[in-house]
Amino acid sequence: MKEAQRFNAGACFHCGTCTALCPLGYEILPRKLFREVMLGLEDRVRASIPQIFSCLLCRMCEENCPAEVHIAENIRTLRCLINQQEFGLK
Amino acid sequence: MPLPISPILGILSDNLRKRGSVLPLSKRAATGWARGLDLARGGETILYTGHMYQIIPALDVMSSQMAALENSFMTWFFGMGRVLNKFVNLSFFMSLTASSEKKRYSDQVLRDIVGLLRDAGVEFGYLYEDELYAGALVHDEGMDETFGNHARRVTEGLKKQGVRRLITVDPHTTHMLRQVYPRYVEDFDIEVQSYLEVLALAHPEAAEPVNREVVVHDSCVYARYEKMYDQPRELLRAAGLTVRDPKLSGKSTHCCGGPLESLFPAEAHRISGLRVDQLEAEGKSVVTMCPICRVNLSKAAGDRLVINDIASTLASCRRQPFGPRPNRAHP
Repeated sequence: MKEAQRFNAGACFHCGTCTALCPLGYEILPRKLFREVMLGLEDRVRASIPQIFSCLLCRMCEENCPAEVHIAENIRTLRCLINQQEFGLK
Repeated sequence: MPLPISPILGILSDNLRKRGSVLPLSKRAATGWARGLDLARGGETILYTGHMYQIIPALDVMSSQMAALENSFMTWFFGMGRVLNKFVNLSFFMSLTASSEKKRYSDQVLRDIVGLLRDAGVEFGYLYEDELYAGALVHDEGMDETFGNHARRVTEGLKKQGVRRLITVDPHTTHMLRQVYPRYVEDFDIEVQSYLEVLALAHPEAAEPVNREVVVHDSCVYARYEKMYDQPRELLRAAGLTVRDPKLSGKSTHCCGGPLESLFPAEAHRISGLRVDQLEAEGKSVVTMCPICRVNLSKAAGDRLVINDIASTLASCRRQPFGPRPNRAHP
């Protein structure tokens, strides 16, 4: 699927900078969430829908990510997939 | 019970598809600000508002209503609201109850932008009722097909009008048109610049220093998506103001919480409260460059801060104001 191919967090080495800097302070955003996506844990990802739509897309994490992961675009990609598969929105 | 995500996003998407905007405005609400300014209709260079400033009064009503409904039994009825909205434009009723003071403020910001550009010798036209919202919210919430169709519709309209260059007024529209549209619209070749970039490129003459300090709140989108944080400061300094930066500023700016207003209003208020504390530590007079930042921070700040748009701030430094002005303190 086009959206699924766009998701890319392979370079993440789980340093935690993103989670530490997130203004929302949710433990799952974005590092843990990305690990769950990459492991294909669909139910866990589905349970995190409120957190996925809570992301401010402010790019504070992305600006400081040492692995240069496109974090905001990954979150947006997950929103696209959830909209299509869970909400019937395109 | 939290606000239900699916019907709210559905309403925004339906509105964009059927009515051309997430919060559709009447022609008068969208273009009334330009009355009496003698702006040329159309042209190769266009001032493109993207309706962002005009939407703010209705958006403010919507977010207040969302905040009141959050965790109430009324959230059960949002699905019905989406069905009803397909036939009746519910956001029209929100705009009826919007504060007239906020409408005047938003209109005056746009008039100030026109005045500043004319002062700098920039020539441009305006599309009036042919201008459309750029689609930022639908893009950010991940409704790509709807957004892509809208982006192509906007672009077709611009090409039909012979537009070659857009001067934008807010960060979201700037980012959509400059960086996102080219990914969705084949051969998108319209030049896009923020009016702040245009003004900074005109190298304004330095004014006499005035005994006035302002704290700059950078927009996340301008600072991190568009790498634009020097120009606003150059312009404020050239206007004679002393610029102060909060602890988190420039590319490390802290979000105003605005993106959460429609789905998680309580969380949005918490984030804007954090930012207000940071800004207040540097001073009481704050300058924003995004209408969403201003409305969110103002709500959280109450009487603690005076928050003004950068266009109004720059215009207020001129010897002659650009026509009638509303009261600027917390409209």
